[in-house]
Amino acid sequence: MRPLDEKETTAVFEKIFKFTGNNLKNIVENPSHEGPDKEPGRYCFRLHKNKVYYVSDSLVKRATNVARTKLASIGTCVGRFTHGGNFHLTIECLNLLAANAKHKVWLKPTSEMSFLYANHVLKGGLGRITESIAPGDGVVVFSMSDLPLGFGVAAKSTQDCRKLDPNAIVVLHQADIGEYLRMENQHEQIIEE
Amino acid sequence: MAANKNKGAKSKNPPPKKKQRNHLFTEKKRPTKKDEVFDDVSDGQSEEEQLEEAEDLLDGDEQVSDFDDASDISDDDDALLADDFLQGSDDEDEDRGSGSTSGSGSDSDGTDIEEKSRAIDEQREREEEDAQAEMQLNIKEESDEFRLPTKEELEAEQQRPPDLANLQMRIKDIVRVLSNFKELRQEGNTRKDYVDQLKLDLGSYYGYNEFLIGVLVDMFPVVELMELIEAFEKPRPTCIRANTLRVNIHFSVVVFIFDLCIFRSTIAIISFKMQTRRRDLADTLSKRGVELDQLSKWSKVGLVVYNSHVPIGATPEYLAGFYYIQGASSFLPVMALAPQEKERVVDMAAAPGGKTTYVAALMKNSGLIFANEMKETRLKSLTANLHRMGVTNTIVCNYDGRELPKVLGQNSVDRVLLDAPCSGTGVITKDPSVKTSKSLDDIQKCAHLQKQLILAAIDMVDANSKTGGYIVYSTCSMMVPENEAVIDYALKKRDVKVVPCGLDFGCPGYIRFREHRFHTSLENTRRFYPHVHNMDGFFVAKLKKMSNTKKNLVSSDGSETVEQTQRPEEIHSDEDNKKELEQQKMKKQSPKGKKKSLKVKGLSGNGKVESPPTLKNRDRSENGKVELAATSKKRKRKFPSKEEISKAREEKRKAMRGKKKQPKEDKTGI
Repeated sequence: MRPLDEKETTAVFEKIFKFTGNNLKNIVENPSHEGPDKEPGRYCFRLHKNKVYYVSDSLVKRATNVARTKLASIGTCVGRFTHGGNFHLTIECLNLLAANAKHKVWLKPTSEMSFLYANHVLKGGLGRITESIAPGDGVVVFSMSDLPLGFGVAAKSTQDCRKLDPNAIVVLHQADIGEYLRMENQHEQIIEE
Repeated sequence: MAANKNKGAKSKNPPPKKKQRNHLFTEKKRPTKKDEVFDDVSDGQSEEEQLEEAEDLLDGDEQVSDFDDASDISDDDDALLADDFLQGSDDEDEDRGSGSTSGSGSDSDGTDIEEKSRAIDEQREREEEDAQAEMQLNIKEESDEFRLPTKEELEAEQQRPPDLANLQMRIKDIVRVLSNFKELRQEGNTRKDYVDQLKLDLGSYYGYNEFLIGVLVDMFPVVELMELIEAFEKPRPTCIRANTLRVNIHFSVVVFIFDLCIFRSTIAIISFKMQTRRRDLADTLSKRGVELDQLSKWSKVGLVVYNSHVPIGATPEYLAGFYYIQGASSFLPVMALAPQEKERVVDMAAAPGGKTTYVAALMKNSGLIFANEMKETRLKSLTANLHRMGVTNTIVCNYDGRELPKVLGQNSVDRVLLDAPCSGTGVITKDPSVKTSKSLDDIQKCAHLQKQLILAAIDMVDANSKTGGYIVYSTCSMMVPENEAVIDYALKKRDVKVVPCGLDFGCPGYIRFREHRFHTSLENTRRFYPHVHNMDGFFVAKLKKMSNTKKNLVSSDGSETVEQTQRPEEIHSDEDNKKELEQQKMKKQSPKGKKKSLKVKGLSGNGKVESPPTLKNRDRSENGKVELAATSKKRKRKFPSKEEISKAREEKRKAMRGKKKQPKEDKTGI
């Protein structure tokens, strides 16, 4: 486990910035309530086995006596670096993104399940959408009852959405909470094999 | 003479008739068994011969012979009865004839009628008596003492495929006999015979192996055992736990949206919804077609699912971490642990994370949880569940639980939850393979591992923790060697005591079990059974660590005295302060005293000091050497910290004195 270097930090921040905009400041500067210390500390980003964790300082301090090979996870995983050096956000960071999201999309109940099976968001399934989304922005997807379901990248701007065909893609799928189930299933299959 | 002739004729005539009748009788009664019919025929013949003789003997007494006939007849079926009547009338006719010929001239008509009515009356009485006798016979047959099958029968049974209905009948019968053994027992059979047969039958009917059924029979009275085994065959209700970490977040959002619409009414809604978080989750789920209700009074977050039209493990709410599917029994150890905010907690066997997420929810994501899991394959599901449930205060690590005190440090955490790996005999419902796969060897292996783990758990906990110092031990096993025996072992090895679990239901743990005698405080542990509490078989024990010293079997007296000096340090009362002062004086005066006080605080002993060759001290010095070798570096670091501690204590003392003086001054002032 080590702090991110400059290149990695920019990669991570750029990615998160796409989703949160200036709320990125909140993520970095919020006081942390985890850890046994009385005074609230800060959060930091740590890299461990290609994965980036968003974790309270006091937890990092106390995780130092766990061997690197034996440490499985700490705090919240926000994403991972691919072999090519790109940074991908993972579904585990949804909470963080949803709390600070700048661009949001709400799905109709009928298209919730479709999205949870890793499909893109179509115009027909769109319930509500925040203003001023530009193509390429990060968008957090909610259900109409404000359950965060996942996130993706906007394919069209808010303006364009108005006159779109119902089958046109509005948000390109990146991650959804259905992954918890699908990952689990893959995992079980591996065991069975 | 004529009468005699008549009689002779009569005695000669009837036999062929009777023979016929008897033939009918035997054939009717057992029409199927041909071999026996022949025997019966011969029997019948011999019987008739006897009858004839009897009739000859009882020559003059007609009524007696009638009796004989009737008694013969009354055993027969209705059809035969009719036959008898006919015969009876024949006899009477003959009697009348004989009467008239030999008669002394009395009025024959009157006696005729009287005799007839008397005969009819007698017949009726006889019938009634016979009916009663038959009734009693029937009753006896029904409640006939159950007979244990003989060896031959059992052997024959083994060759055939098992007759389940018969087995079930026999199990029921044995249970009935055993529950009222004095009256229903069969002469010559001991209780053991019945119990052995019951074990065999239960084993083959429900598919248990000999060992497991034997242990269960030892643990429970027969009637309860049957309830338990039946309960194992049925699934337990599905339970879900509302995740207070998530549902809270959800509400803040809900409230925000309400804000936009109608500002005024929101405040009322907030307060209402905050109180009934679980209710709200129940509402959302019931909209999806899930029928559920609150689990019970003892849990504020538990819901029980009766019926569901959608897969309960795949709703968007589940994926968003609003609830966790968890057996009711899994709530118990966490409730017993009762973690506080800002504490350091260790979950020694965490996967798949049900209990860890509950602990995090109770701590409101503050403090720190070490979630340890030995099996690497289960780490993925553990981390996935932690993330799904929005838990952020965990460090997930992959150690053998026995190594943990070395990694995390001894006396370093506030609470430890040890849901020990076990034989799983309490969850036969979930995994029926347990019925056949477990043996005494497995149980002993589990128990050995559990004993190592519980010592490791106790070593990690800091007895001087302000809020904690607790260990919760739980298993999903019902075996005594895995539960009470493990706790008893821990009580002997470490300075801990069993405290009440804080669960107001459940059966108390065993203090006496067959040949075992456990510490009386084990009454504070709790056992849960499927047939009593409708949850998996479960065991929960809560321990409080009293001091950081380790008990040694060689010098148990010595270690106890150490504890006594140690214990008061936790509570900073005035007397203890005096004692401490004395100890400090001792420290200055003699190196021996210094060594003692060091030992007392659970730090490494001073190896440089020569120790007198007493039993107590030898033991300590051994300890000291071991620790010296292991932590020679640590010792150097810890010396200054000790001074700091003593400084801090003195400051406290001053403060205390100051406080004490103030009220006194107040009093004097008044």
